[in-house]
Amino acid sequence: MRQASIAHILLVVAALAIVPLLTASNVVLNFLIVALMIALVGQGWNVLGGYGGQYSFGHAAFFGTGAYVTAILQTRYGVNAWAAFALGIAGGALVGGAIGALAFRSGLRGSYFALVTLAFAEVLRIVASVVPITGAGVGILITLDLRAQAFQFQSRAPFFWIILALVAVSLVIVRLIEQSRFGAWLLAVRENEDAAKALGVDAARVKLAAMTISAAITAAAGGFYAQYFLFVDSGIAYGPWISIEALLAPIVGGIGTVLGPLIGALAVRTLGEITKLAIGDAPGLDLVVYGSMLVLVVAFAPQGIASLLAELRARLTRWRASAPERTNA
Amino acid sequence: MPEPLLRVERVSKRFGGLLAVDDASFAVAAGGITALIGPNGAGKTTLFSIISGFLAPSRGRIFHRGADITRMPPYLLARRGIVRTFQTVQPFAGLSVHENIAVGAHLSRRSRAEALDRAAQVASTVGLGDLLDRPAASLTAAGRKRLELARALATGPELLLLDEVLAGLNPPELTTMVPTIRALAERGVTIVMIEHVMQAVMSLAGQVFVLVEGRVVAAGAPASVVGDPRVIEAYLGHGAAARLAAAGGPNV
Repeated sequence: MRQASIAHILLVVAALAIVPLLTASNVVLNFLIVALMIALVGQGWNVLGGYGGQYSFGHAAFFGTGAYVTAILQTRYGVNAWAAFALGIAGGALVGGAIGALAFRSGLRGSYFALVTLAFAEVLRIVASVVPITGAGVGILITLDLRAQAFQFQSRAPFFWIILALVAVSLVIVRLIEQSRFGAWLLAVRENEDAAKALGVDAARVKLAAMTISAAITAAAGGFYAQYFLFVDSGIAYGPWISIEALLAPIVGGIGTVLGPLIGALAVRTLGEITKLAIGDAPGLDLVVYGSMLVLVVAFAPQGIASLLAELRARLTRWRASAPERTNA
Repeated sequence: MPEPLLRVERVSKRFGGLLAVDDASFAVAAGGITALIGPNGAGKTTLFSIISGFLAPSRGRIFHRGADITRMPPYLLARRGIVRTFQTVQPFAGLSVHENIAVGAHLSRRSRAEALDRAAQVASTVGLGDLLDRPAASLTAAGRKRLELARALATGPELLLLDEVLAGLNPPELTTMVPTIRALAERGVTIVMIEHVMQAVMSLAGQVFVLVEGRVVAAGAPASVVGDPRVIEAYLGHGAAARLAAAGGPNV
């Protein structure tokens, strides 16, 4: 699974793409849309955290910026929804670049970097909850306008395909990074920054580029959120919940792998839904489930579910290879 | 007089109350192997870190082909062809041997395929050809030293700063590593090496600088340097040279 090729990616995406043709159930589609949105957030985190080794606790800063820019440009400035969405991605990238420049220039690594990103996200959340342009405590409602050119749809299927396409693009981007010089440099910085520098890697620039790409991907999920739910407030956009989802999906699925965040998001969300059905929707219950899941994964599958699947496949191949011997014996 | 490849001019480095490098000057011409020797704590690695841009000197300047490179960051020095290895090996532990070396090869090659090809070639020149797919973390101490060398080599350096690449190797490993280093020099890479294994220094180096308590106390051909009373005293203690001379002199 570690070496998911473009063909693998297309196969996975194609398999998911036919779901709306098989079911019209809003429950199923809604579940998958949210899971894919989390997969996109997680893929953003994965570029910086999984490949670059820079663990952010504040990816809400980028998700929220994507969501707010998309919403504000439409409702206050009459910008077309699709253009607003694109600018939301650019805005997220800009915030990522700015926070990255500050953090990496100060030489922040490890838990210090994590804390600073968390702090930035929290500052943005508090600012967004008081300034008028974000609707302060009330939030922003995007006017209902069920037309494709307004990035709004009657049914959930188009939303599903759009988020799936965004996830597909993010998967391909990450795969291309894996096969590029930039990717090799990024891994080198993750593994040993000093050794990377000694071999001619401009570590600060590589990290900054990773953070900008990471933020852009996560901001795309934020912009999508705004269009799908037509509502944004500070707790949703910049709240810690999304920062947690962002790192949980790749860690559970397989950190530093192409498909890890997607697998992780589906696994985490499925478990969350099962718990809700079994025990009811008590507030905070999802966090209990997530916490337990994180402990289990870190303890028993530190490389994530993707590595378990790869291990399983390797065992199966060995078992098949030894099949003739077994029949002979 | 032609400008030397590397010139260290009156460099000092102070860590609080400790003067680790004290007004050290030396020059290295293009080609050949230069050894930097001296007792533990003499400031050799500190000097390497200053030359390779990992530490800023408190005073003094470094020149590469006449250009002032003092305080230039390590990655820019690497792009100029000045590459160091680390005394404490620093492998990219989570990557394979092949991927490790490819990071070095990427310095002058954008394409992943070309970098991997080059990495495979370099691996075979340092004897890692059969271990390409092994995780770097699984290598032995000697293997890691080779990996350290291979990665630096893959950048295509003009000046290679080797910090104790022979330390900790057993005699059979030494006898294979020494010719590897000599072959590099013969292919035109200028090498400056910090080394404690005197047998290797004597057989490899064309010139030797002796660093004692941060100062360059002796310079010259290996045979003349090891007979220098100041060098003997630095290693064996004050008055050792006189006592050795009285006892019939060291065999040099």
